[in-house]
Amino acid sequence: MNAKSADRIATAVIIGVASLIVLILAGMLGFILVRGVSHISFDFLTSAPQTIKAGGGIGPQLFNSIFLLLLTLIITIPLGLGAGIYMSEYAKPGRLTDSIRLVVEVLSSFPSIVVGLFGLLVIVNVFGFGFSLFSGALALTVFNLPLMVRITEQSLKGVPREQKEASLALGLSRWKTITSVMLPIATPTIVTGTILAAGRVFGEAAALLFTAGMSSPRLDFSNWNPLSPTSPLNPFRPAETLAVHIWKINSEGLAPDAAEIAAGASAVLVLTVLIFNFGARWFGRYLHRRFTATK
Amino acid sequence: MEQSAVDNKKRSHSGRSTRAIVKPHVMEEWVGKVYTTLCILVLVITIGAIVYFVSSRGLATFFVDGVSLSGLLGGLKWDPEADIPLYGALPFIFGSFSTSLLAALLAAPLSLCAAVFMTQIMPGFGKRVLQPVIELLAGIPSVVFGFIGLSVVVPALRAIFPGQGIGIAAGAIVLSLMILPTITTIATDALAALPRGLKEGSFALGATRWQTIYRIVIPTTLPSLLTGVVLGMSRAFGEALAVQMVIGNSPHIPHSLFESASTLTSAITLSMGNTVMGSTHNNALWSLALILLSMTFVFVFVVRFLERRNNR
Repeated sequence: MNAKSADRIATAVIIGVASLIVLILAGMLGFILVRGVSHISFDFLTSAPQTIKAGGGIGPQLFNSIFLLLLTLIITIPLGLGAGIYMSEYAKPGRLTDSIRLVVEVLSSFPSIVVGLFGLLVIVNVFGFGFSLFSGALALTVFNLPLMVRITEQSLKGVPREQKEASLALGLSRWKTITSVMLPIATPTIVTGTILAAGRVFGEAAALLFTAGMSSPRLDFSNWNPLSPTSPLNPFRPAETLAVHIWKINSEGLAPDAAEIAAGASAVLVLTVLIFNFGARWFGRYLHRRFTATK
Repeated sequence: MEQSAVDNKKRSHSGRSTRAIVKPHVMEEWVGKVYTTLCILVLVITIGAIVYFVSSRGLATFFVDGVSLSGLLGGLKWDPEADIPLYGALPFIFGSFSTSLLAALLAAPLSLCAAVFMTQIMPGFGKRVLQPVIELLAGIPSVVFGFIGLSVVVPALRAIFPGQGIGIAAGAIVLSLMILPTITTIATDALAALPRGLKEGSFALGATRWQTIYRIVIPTTLPSLLTGVVLGMSRAFGEALAVQMVIGNSPHIPHSLFESASTLTSAITLSMGNTVMGSTHNNALWSLALILLSMTFVFVFVVRFLERRNNR
């Protein structure tokens, strides 16, 4: 076989594999959406699940997922921004910085189930928060923090050096330079990254099995007192999220329509992740236009 | 004379007053430094706490309950409910290694082709179509992968091969799809960072595109490609729920790829909630978590080693 035909065959194989990957993703998304979307209705999205009867919904689970995501972001964003700023602006090259970088790397590659177990032992039992939204949010913080640090560090590194030096030359302090000059430039990238990371947190389940719990108490959506145990706003109540719910009904679902509920809930989860993905890109571009006056 | 003395006095006076109250920008700088350092401290303390608590629980199996290390790592039978409870974790270790290795073997060639396609063959189309596809694949939650595995992969395997369809093969297929984006992204970055002169030199000598790719491009970027594969394996090793849904979860070493098996993560997921904190069974599960944790460190150090070789 001469070199030319080998080249042609190899190119064909590579193009074939690339199209196979596109087909697999299209097939997966198609499967999830075709099987699930027909099951999504207003009633399905808002009603409570049934344990042994057909016709249960995913209302509380959907609410829990969104609430948990908000709680996590409230804890993660200030911590992640601070640590990211430190890594990009204050850390001096040397042994200490290297080891901190290693810590971030190791933390980001911990299996999420190990993070969940740590949450069970320390947050749920030692600190005594029990199975609650708050414990879940702390576990997800451990999971999300390294991502936030990396996003912040990379976007700050992407700020042109001249901008930073000009600000320092005007006599501004380093902190003022970071907050008033560098962060606004880095914000579009940070926001895009944060929303993408939020999409991952939204679908996370293994870390939540042992922290936020696998059950949801009966919620009274007219009760807005955050201290009452039946109030949806109480952060110290157990909460099953959408992803955990999908896992649970697939492993031990007793309802006769468990398969349809799993399909519907998966479709809702995938649609949400898709919205996060496209939303992040759109919002990042929008912020970039607003902040930089480019068209 | 007198004038300059007054000037001096004035200057020294103003000097004293600025020293008395800290200048606002010094104060500002101090706040920033303390705040960011505290954030870093939280990170470092968290990882320290995770390692400490998981090891203290995981080691209790050996020091408090008297299970031997070789018995746990090499024992073939896991039966904590028996009259003489047995804690042999080898089936789980075997399950974890075989699924993640197989997943990496399945995903690596696919990812390599995708990366070559995106950087060497059709960069424009690759950036517009394949890259977003890969990123979407990375965003799909693991329970959804599990659900697809359960409703598509397992029935398909059941139809083609003997057995129930659940088992290591199903787990490896689901995992390979999950780690495909990880490997592809790293491989694409490595291939895109290749110096142009290398490829152009090869073309100038009359080599075809394929000869250039497999004699020049791939060997030069091999360490980075391996880094991607190791990172993918590390993700596959720690993945819990998707594997648990399709692998069948029976605690013994299977005779074929299509027979029910179990992994470290699936054993922890299923049993942790049903055991009493502090019992031997519970501690043994923490030992499994400790094995997972140690493997994470091994993977991180392998990746660091490969990167160092790559930079040289």
